[in-house]
Amino acid sequence: MISSDKIPNNVDLHLNKRLQRALEHWQPAYIQWWRDMGPQGFQHFHEIYVRTAISVDAAGWAHFEYVKLPEYRWGIFLADPVVNRTIGFGDFFGQPVWQEVPGEFRNQLRRLIVTQGDTEPASVEQQRWLGHRCPSLYDMRNLFQVNVEEGRHLWAMVYLLHSYFGRDGRDEAEDLLARQSGNQDKPRILEAFNEPIDTWLDFFMFTMFTDRDGKSQLLSLSESSLDPLARTTRFMLTEEAHHMFVGDTGIHRIVERTCQLMKESGFSEDVRRLGGIDLPTIQKHINLWFSLSLDLHGNEISTNAASYFANGLKGRAEEGKWTEHRVIETTYDLDIVENGAVKREAVPMRNAMNEVLRDWYVDDCQSGVTRWNKTLEKYGFSDRLRLPDRKFNRGIGQFASIHTDPDGHMLSDDEWARRKYEWLPSPADKKYLLSIMNQPIYETGKFANYIAPPARGVNRTPINFEYVRTEM
Amino acid sequence: MATPDSAVSTQAPLSFERHPCSYQHWKLTFDGPVATLGMDVQEDAGLAPGYKLKLNSYDLGVDIELADAITRIRFEHPEVHTVVVTSLRERIFCAGANIFMLRGSTHSWKVNFCKFTNETRLGMEDASAHSGLKFLAALNGICAGGGYELALACDEIILIDDANSAVSLPETPLLAVLPGTGGLTRVVDKRKVRRDLADFFGTIAEGIKGKRAVEWRLVDAVVPTSRFKEAVAKRALELAATSDRPSSGPGVTLNPLSAVITEDAYTYSSVSVAFDRAKRSATMTVRAPQTPVEQTPEAILAAGDQFWPLRCFREIDDAILRLRVNEREIGTIVLKTEGDSALVLGADQVLLDHAGHWLVREVIHFIKRTLKRVDLSARSFFAVIEPGSAFAGTLFELALAADRSYMLDDPDQHNTVHLSAMNAGILPMSNGISRLQARFYGTPDQVATVLAHAEPFEAADALDAGLVTFAPDEIDWDDEVRLAVEGRASMSPDALTGMEANLRFVGPETMETKIFGRLTAWQNWIFQRPNAVGPKGALTSYGTSDRAEFDYGRT
Repeated sequence: MISSDKIPNNVDLHLNKRLQRALEHWQPAYIQWWRDMGPQGFQHFHEIYVRTAISVDAAGWAHFEYVKLPEYRWGIFLADPVVNRTIGFGDFFGQPVWQEVPGEFRNQLRRLIVTQGDTEPASVEQQRWLGHRCPSLYDMRNLFQVNVEEGRHLWAMVYLLHSYFGRDGRDEAEDLLARQSGNQDKPRILEAFNEPIDTWLDFFMFTMFTDRDGKSQLLSLSESSLDPLARTTRFMLTEEAHHMFVGDTGIHRIVERTCQLMKESGFSEDVRRLGGIDLPTIQKHINLWFSLSLDLHGNEISTNAASYFANGLKGRAEEGKWTEHRVIETTYDLDIVENGAVKREAVPMRNAMNEVLRDWYVDDCQSGVTRWNKTLEKYGFSDRLRLPDRKFNRGIGQFASIHTDPDGHMLSDDEWARRKYEWLPSPADKKYLLSIMNQPIYETGKFANYIAPPARGVNRTPINFEYVRTEM
Repeated sequence: MATPDSAVSTQAPLSFERHPCSYQHWKLTFDGPVATLGMDVQEDAGLAPGYKLKLNSYDLGVDIELADAITRIRFEHPEVHTVVVTSLRERIFCAGANIFMLRGSTHSWKVNFCKFTNETRLGMEDASAHSGLKFLAALNGICAGGGYELALACDEIILIDDANSAVSLPETPLLAVLPGTGGLTRVVDKRKVRRDLADFFGTIAEGIKGKRAVEWRLVDAVVPTSRFKEAVAKRALELAATSDRPSSGPGVTLNPLSAVITEDAYTYSSVSVAFDRAKRSATMTVRAPQTPVEQTPEAILAAGDQFWPLRCFREIDDAILRLRVNEREIGTIVLKTEGDSALVLGADQVLLDHAGHWLVREVIHFIKRTLKRVDLSARSFFAVIEPGSAFAGTLFELALAADRSYMLDDPDQHNTVHLSAMNAGILPMSNGISRLQARFYGTPDQVATVLAHAEPFEAADALDAGLVTFAPDEIDWDDEVRLAVEGRASMSPDALTGMEANLRFVGPETMETKIFGRLTAWQNWIFQRPNAVGPKGALTSYGTSDRAEFDYGRT
């Protein structure tokens, strides 16, 4: 039975017959999906200390309790409406925002929402085995917190599909559960979401870099002329921030532990011999996940992006900070590949919106890298981590046709094949990482050797808090 | 066109209602079984300023009177068996559509003008084929372009043999366009003129006269001036003798429709059209009869134009014509019905029981022609079937004519559609097949299956049977319909028109579909081309001191 008690919400679910009817069908399918494809081995007997959003104000947002994962109360929340909000960009600039989907843009909006929605369950599926290799209960809790919130983000997108897209929307909502990460017949829409995430270094990289792409996308959608989409994504951003915190601090703690190990060994020892993760391996993972996440922003020159912008469906991150919002005359300089060489060219800015969003993204990533480097500095190391050049290891866009090193220097196909594992994780690297993670740490307050404890616990709990407990 | 926003299309809303006592361009006279339609176009009485209707040339206003006269002869004068179409001017039959009118018209006006004139001429052929009303063109003088096309729509053509009068289609050599009213198609398809001879005929502005015109089958006979009237009268009576129309009246008078036309709505007795201009759409609601219709031919005759099927479809016809010409921005028409389906089915039964009676026959063919107008309208039609609607039998043809249909499937509310024998072929489309046959072109057995279903179809059954496109439930309903209409309104009207015309007319070709499809597609292309309408195009320079200059590149 669909009730507001089980499904916290601020969308008047108890009055919304259409949504109730749709959820009556979808919600059991979702729970089944969660059991089948969610965290494996931690569904029935484990209680997790997680945060549940029960309203959009600060208090409701900080509600912590122990729950079994399938009993998590996934809810539907929209950020509070902005009174008299008007469309902030594009051809309809200044007109009142839309409270329902205009027929003209139904298909475009549906595609945007489905593509965004598809990534949410995909990441849960990718991460479903990680609990068995967790470096601590604190980290396991964070993993499951991220997972249930990705699940809630799926609910948010499904809410939009159910409420505004009629039968097509219900069909799409079902397909969001039918596709599966890595499934040969029905894979997830975006290729990056079809590879399993099997090491915790990858998980932290994913939450640092790929969830940050999610943040880019949510920021741009939170400007949308479709007000329910804007309000939904605005609330999702608060949760997404936590995911990036998990990634950012996770990598930071690994870097810190690596520094400690190196320092303890008198700066001379091979970190791997001490059971840590060496800086080159960390750098290779940065190279990999940063480049994959750049791909997720789409083609540098995109008519879809131009059309989304023109129609007010998807804007730039923090549109309010720009001075000009119609962007009809403006051009944008970007690198394009012509006859195998890179050259600079001005294109109409509307067509370059993916690249504009990527600019925001690269800056946002850089701030994390800078923080990690402060730690290297603190420990007296001269080595630094860095983001690779945007042209490096790209599978989508202008640079998919060329190979470069992390500095952006062009490489021949042969050279790339010969040298790529200098810059990207090799099978041997993966083997090593799995070897140090094969023993999960389930003891309260204990941490795996390759990662430092966090500065503080969750919700002012001590670090040795029992974040995950088994039923008595 | 040099002046795309010319006066022609910015006139006050056009009405299609006329009455013989106020005809400006035609004189309708009666002599026993023969009626004579004498063309006498008033030069200064064009619909718009800016051109003079010289030499019995015509504009839409002239054709609206012609259409009115033919309809009235069919309904008001059952004793008429032959209509002689001639001219009251000496040595001039008709010079065709007025060139200066065409030059000053917007593209859409030209398209609507040609569409209406084509429907009128096809209406003459329909009367001949189905109502026993024969048409005899008595060409008493020069007969060019649209004038000859009017003659081609008649059963027979007699041309005066005065060593001067010729029939011609000078559009190509003179104006760099095509005859726009089916001329080329009828020359080869109807009159079966050999194609090489037709090719020659189509390239000489002066046309063909005398014996050669007969030899080439362009006319049926040529008669010297002295014997012309006598020969026409004689042949008219001979044709009249072949008719199965009654030998005497009375007919039924077609009274004014008394529609209330405002900025927001058209309101008739059984039909209303409400505009949603912001959404570029209109909702046309057709109401079932309130009480059982008259049951016998005598009672129907007495009811006259108030007999519901006739009244209702006259109103639909008028509304469609007004929408086409006066409401260009209204791209989507939502079709709804209201009332008691049983009363519609009752009316259908009366029509079928008395289909052999001349008046009932006229009513059925009028319904058929009106539905064809819907098929041929360059608008998107969505049928919306809700509880309380009356999509049964003849009115279900509206749903079948629609590009899509949406039917509410709400378990708490009764909502049905119902077929009758009126859906079985008596109301064919231009392509000669019924709308059900067109709908089930890929599954022909389904036609008999659905017709055998005597009961009403509930929404789910109608969907299963393929009678409706979508059947959303009550929760989705409002949004689905809204999104469909809004989505439609956002697309290119040109592409939609082309797409709809492609999809509506599946299956066989007829002369009618050729005229509307093939010929108007070419004509509408040529009408846009610089060789016709550019600054140095032939239509632009006609009647000026400039000579047309062509881009000689072929496609």
